[in-house]
Amino acid sequence: MQPPDQKLPETHYLNATYGIRSWLLTTDHKRIALLYLASVTFFFFVGGIFATLIRIHLLTPEGYLVTPETYNKLFTMHGVAMIFFFLIPSIPAVLGNFLIPLMIGAKDVAFPKLNLLSWYLYITGGCFALYAFSTGGLDTGWTFYTPLSSVYSNSAVAPAIIGIFINGFSSILTGMNFVVTIHTMRAPGMTWFRLPLFVWAQYATSIIFILGTPVIAITLLLAALERVLHLGFFNPALGGDPILFQHLFWFYSHPAVYIMILPAMGVVSEIIPTFARKPIFGYAFIAGSSIAIAVIGFVVWAHHMFLTGESTYSALAFSLLSYLVAIPSAIKVFNWTSTLYKGSISFDTPMLYAFGFIGLFLVGGLTGLFLACLGLDIHIHDTYFVVAHFHYIMVGGAVMGYVGGLHFWWPKITGKLYPEFLARAAAIILFIGFNLTFFPQFVLGYLGMPRRYHNYPPEFQVLNVMSTAGASILALGYLLPMIYLTWAMRYGKVAGPNPWPATGLEWKTASPPPTENFDVTPQVDWEPYDYKNRPDLGLVPPALAPAHGDD
Amino acid sequence: MQAQLPFYPEQASNFAPNVDSLMTFLILVSVFFSVAITVAIIYFFWKYRRQQQHEIGVPIHGDLRLETAWIVIPSILALAMFSWGAVVYVDYRHAPSDTLDIYVSGKQWMWKIQQPNGRREINELHVPVGRDVKLILASEDVIHDFFVPAFRVKMDVVPGRYNTMWFRPTRAGRYVFFCGQYCGTSHANMIGWVTVMEPPDYAAWLSGSSNADINPVAAGEKLFAEKACSSCHVSNGTGRAPSLNGVYGGTVKLADGSTVTADETYIRESLLAPNAKIVAGFQPVMQSFQGQLSEDQIQSLIAYIKSLQSQPVPATGAGVVTTGKK
Repeated sequence: MQPPDQKLPETHYLNATYGIRSWLLTTDHKRIALLYLASVTFFFFVGGIFATLIRIHLLTPEGYLVTPETYNKLFTMHGVAMIFFFLIPSIPAVLGNFLIPLMIGAKDVAFPKLNLLSWYLYITGGCFALYAFSTGGLDTGWTFYTPLSSVYSNSAVAPAIIGIFINGFSSILTGMNFVVTIHTMRAPGMTWFRLPLFVWAQYATSIIFILGTPVIAITLLLAALERVLHLGFFNPALGGDPILFQHLFWFYSHPAVYIMILPAMGVVSEIIPTFARKPIFGYAFIAGSSIAIAVIGFVVWAHHMFLTGESTYSALAFSLLSYLVAIPSAIKVFNWTSTLYKGSISFDTPMLYAFGFIGLFLVGGLTGLFLACLGLDIHIHDTYFVVAHFHYIMVGGAVMGYVGGLHFWWPKITGKLYPEFLARAAAIILFIGFNLTFFPQFVLGYLGMPRRYHNYPPEFQVLNVMSTAGASILALGYLLPMIYLTWAMRYGKVAGPNPWPATGLEWKTASPPPTENFDVTPQVDWEPYDYKNRPDLGLVPPALAPAHGDD
Repeated sequence: MQAQLPFYPEQASNFAPNVDSLMTFLILVSVFFSVAITVAIIYFFWKYRRQQQHEIGVPIHGDLRLETAWIVIPSILALAMFSWGAVVYVDYRHAPSDTLDIYVSGKQWMWKIQQPNGRREINELHVPVGRDVKLILASEDVIHDFFVPAFRVKMDVVPGRYNTMWFRPTRAGRYVFFCGQYCGTSHANMIGWVTVMEPPDYAAWLSGSSNADINPVAAGEKLFAEKACSSCHVSNGTGRAPSLNGVYGGTVKLADGSTVTADETYIRESLLAPNAKIVAGFQPVMQSFQGQLSEDQIQSLIAYIKSLQSQPVPATGAGVVTTGKK
């Protein structure tokens, strides 16, 4: 699609300086993004190994592989590694870090040194978590429910909590950095309603980072204090309230789900107009729905607690609010679909991921309605239905968005193109493997299989074997991109500045970009996702536009 | 009410048909939207696939009517789901007045169950078909959850408080129950069986070996004397503390002007944290029994206080333990 003989720029951010110090002490947001890329990939690998062992263990009703203690540690450490050290930082800290300054026409984020500090805090927190994993493990569930975590567990709870506590400051600093950057560093002409929707999504995410993370940090710290110093916060034997912990925990951890999914929605909102080559349908509605999700997301937490004995009135209020938060998500799906209407649609890999995202997010979102439904939640709460639901959102949604985004911006990040055929195949393998793994779990859940069981009644075996079989396909779907994306860094075809072509500012600079991002500060005088008035993209307006154009 | 569907567990309680109908409704709505959106995407994909390399799409920026439609229609459907779900849930959270009360106590990693006449079971629960059964749930350590898939009911079992759940078994048989809330190493082995019996069978089973067990009312009466409760809670109401005759199931007026229903949770709280709710006209002089009573002893005391009604509580089977609350 691009002219065949593209050349890499002579100097760019990757080769501007050399040596390990130039990476570990860098304040370049693009290099910090790559530091994050390497470290979150590591934790994805760690969490993935735990997941593999879990699925192998569940091949037989009596449990195939490990002892109950070990199984409990596996699912706990899988959750902690994946949620706190992969999913939450993945899109914001990797793609957000790399792209926000480029997308708004800035040289860097507002506080480059804080940005580097964020990464070191993440690494320090991660080391504590790894220490906990390797010295006794962790068997509380990633939810750390008290008094199990604060009194009864015999595993390395305190180091794990300290790790998550430290890691929280990394999130807070990243969120602050993004908010200030987006407010103060937009290029001339880059008004709020010309911002790419990815930036809107990151802005909404940053708000949650700043407002939510302190709550989880202090809550887990209280649990650790109860455990170590026997202060009675949550243990009823010491006058505490175990349900209070759940309120505080979910006050952060429900919005945390939106930390994972909002940036992925932002990625999809970039990919779809690019590969349909037309403006996104309902820009203001998609941008506004990101903010609405971030705000309403803070007042739905007790829908995790319908069966703790909370008051009926509280349950009714939280159920209604949970239905309210579903509406902005629905708005996004309808607008993405409508964007395809009268587009010029191609089947490039990022587009396949975007459609994979819509399909899986649709299932995940709709099954969220089942769990928000009070009468139905009585039965499906704490079953595999919940496990399937949140994997559809967090893996189907967030990880599809992340991997899709990596493909979309890989030419920008590395200056190279990945092998297209292999990439399309991997996207399809991922989609199929994912559904085979997690769809059977909806059925298992409705049939009554509780989550976090190291063994199960024999009638559940067939569905569990299906799920494990799917997981092996899914694993292949994740390994392939890891391999060919790494391969492409060195051996891929040179991409050129704008291979797709896309309309964002980040595509107006070289690939890979220079350390300063832009040679001259860009001036923005076009609307977002506008292909019609962009002769610089080298595309032609539709010949038949007047005939069936209706805007 | 509804034929057994594949992928639905068997229905054995009054709630099962309601929950399954709700499930069917939500599946239908979800399938409709999934199919509509998938078909639209595939159609657009085929119809508007790129024909020439340099072609661009028709610039369409949005449509306010469409945006309104897809905000309003899903909102209405969401409201319908919420309302139907709320009806089922409110019914589940409010037990009818005349129930068969059974104590369920969870501990790592077993269930201890006590029938109204004191008969004890471990990881087994016997109930009569057609009778409203209320489970009073207590935990001795961490949070557990009593979950009976065939009944479509579950409730967390939280240390330091009572939760209650109720159901009416509709079919005799044996149904598995699980611990639904992760509770440590042997969480997955905290499983048991509910046996639903015809009422005469249940009555026979209940009286079968009740000699071996202590009647909880008698045990409670003994404790009531041992702990010197009777020195203040004088039955004619002249003591330093209110009389407990007929208190269970009624409404108690408190010193701050509010009222509270005297259920198991209230009595339990009055034992462990007596100053939390002071009865109007009395002083906060009672000592706390926190840490001095086991869950079993609390259950016995409550059983005794419940027995202080106008009609005495017989120690057998179906038809017993009317609370007197109408």
